[in-house]
Amino acid sequence: MDNVTEAIYFVAAALFILGLKRMSSPRSARDGIVWAGIGMLAATIVTFFVPHLANFGLMVAAILIGSGIAFVTGKRVAMTDMPQMIALYNGMGGGAAAAIAAVELLKMSAQPNMPHGQVTMNLAVLGAVIGTVSFSGSLIAFAKLQGWLRKALRFPMQQAVNLAFFAATVGAGVYIAFVTPDVVVITLFFILALTFGVLMTIPIGGADMPVVISLYNALTGLAVAFEGFVLNNAAMIIAGTVVGAAGSLLTQLMAKAMNRPISNVLFGSFGSAGGGEEESVTGSLKPIEGSDAAVMMAFAEKVIIVPGYGMAVAQAQHKIWEMSKLLIENGVDVKFAIHPVAGRMPGHMNVLLAEAGVPYDRIFDLDEINEEFNTTDVALIIGANDVVNPVARSNPDSPIYGMPILNADHAKNVIVIKRGQGAGFSGIENILFYADNTRMLYGDGQEMANALIQGIKEL
Amino acid sequence: MIETISGISALYIFMLAAFAGYEVIAKVPVILHTPLMSGSNFVHGIVLVGAMIALGHATTTSGQVIGFFAVLLAAMNAVGGYVVTERMLEMFKSSKEKKNG
Repeated sequence: MDNVTEAIYFVAAALFILGLKRMSSPRSARDGIVWAGIGMLAATIVTFFVPHLANFGLMVAAILIGSGIAFVTGKRVAMTDMPQMIALYNGMGGGAAAAIAAVELLKMSAQPNMPHGQVTMNLAVLGAVIGTVSFSGSLIAFAKLQGWLRKALRFPMQQAVNLAFFAATVGAGVYIAFVTPDVVVITLFFILALTFGVLMTIPIGGADMPVVISLYNALTGLAVAFEGFVLNNAAMIIAGTVVGAAGSLLTQLMAKAMNRPISNVLFGSFGSAGGGEEESVTGSLKPIEGSDAAVMMAFAEKVIIVPGYGMAVAQAQHKIWEMSKLLIENGVDVKFAIHPVAGRMPGHMNVLLAEAGVPYDRIFDLDEINEEFNTTDVALIIGANDVVNPVARSNPDSPIYGMPILNADHAKNVIVIKRGQGAGFSGIENILFYADNTRMLYGDGQEMANALIQGIKEL
Repeated sequence: MIETISGISALYIFMLAAFAGYEVIAKVPVILHTPLMSGSNFVHGIVLVGAMIALGHATTTSGQVIGFFAVLLAAMNAVGGYVVTERMLEMFKSSKEKKNG
């Protein structure tokens, strides 16, 4: 049976890699998750037959309860809330890895005479820290995106306090690994790691959450790989490491898209009162009525729509596409421009637009479309702010300076659908909104899209 | 017991898997970033296997309690990760078919 188990783990590991590979192309992405799913199912079933296992009742109960909760929540959640669900499930995985480490460490603590390799011990402790931080950090990320924790919490000496907690966690870990795995120290160690995960995530602003979730995803992968070493399980080592590497790369890509090093995301204070002087904003905000905006777009030759998180909040993607179809019928060239960090995750907007039925060939990346704003009659910005803020080009003091932006300000006219006056997620004033060719359409994204549809139909 | 993986071969597995993970994701278009993050989130749900083994070997009450939670959390990671990823990718499929048809 051992050989069969090993063989199935081997196949499962291969299916994970092939599945991820297929997920990296739109054509085969759907199969990819199914392949990985088959691997997971096979690996889980065969684990029941690992020799010398006990507690099957508890095992089955835990699997049924956990699967049940996750299945229902996963099926019910709205597409716009996907990012926080990923954060939540990722946290669960980190917690599981940490719990495995806890079981193993407690076992070592109870049987001090049983030989256990130093390497195994070190990896168990390392996996425990990473998994625990990923667990509590992901839960905070979830709470932030869910809107339970609105503000980025900052207090004096925060960096020093975080550093102290980090040092204490490492200290406890070193004590467990090299001195003795004492139960009290193990307990303290997990509490410290949990607290550190919370403290580390709390000061990070919502705009940076995509990067943070991706980072925790990679960390959970690593924690799983390390616990795989401890349990001597090749499938866990391979799957965990693959995710650790892929997740790290994805995190880098995202941070690069924001032109901010990861260290800056984690330890900088984006959005806190910036040191630089605010560039004084000249001009005024000029409101426009929905019907007028509709006329502007219906008689345009080319319209580029720039969606942002506001569109997701308002669930306006279906209405926006309905409006776009009307414009296309009127002979307007309609395109969608997606900034790499629009929304709360890279590709967040693409997922929403795909949900609404917008075809791929109307959706463009920043690099593909940025030149086209020069020849565009109307740029319609819905719920986006920082990603079209020209201060990123012009003001070196601005916290977002250097971030590549969509050049919506180069369009002949700009219409901004926005819920109210006020700065974007980063708290930076957007000078685009004050430009001479910009008109503000105040209101909920969905209602305004409806107003635009009405306006176009009435023409 | 299952044959143990020696330290150095474990290191080789680690290295090769890291390269594989890097290569697999290197050519991903931006539109698939979120589904892929979700998909990789599902893949580390393999922690379920480890959680089952840890619970299965637990003999003390504390070990059983923690092991129970390990399996519970891991099952949520695996199932939730699958459901969410599948739902996202389902939309890509439908939009592609609409376009073709």
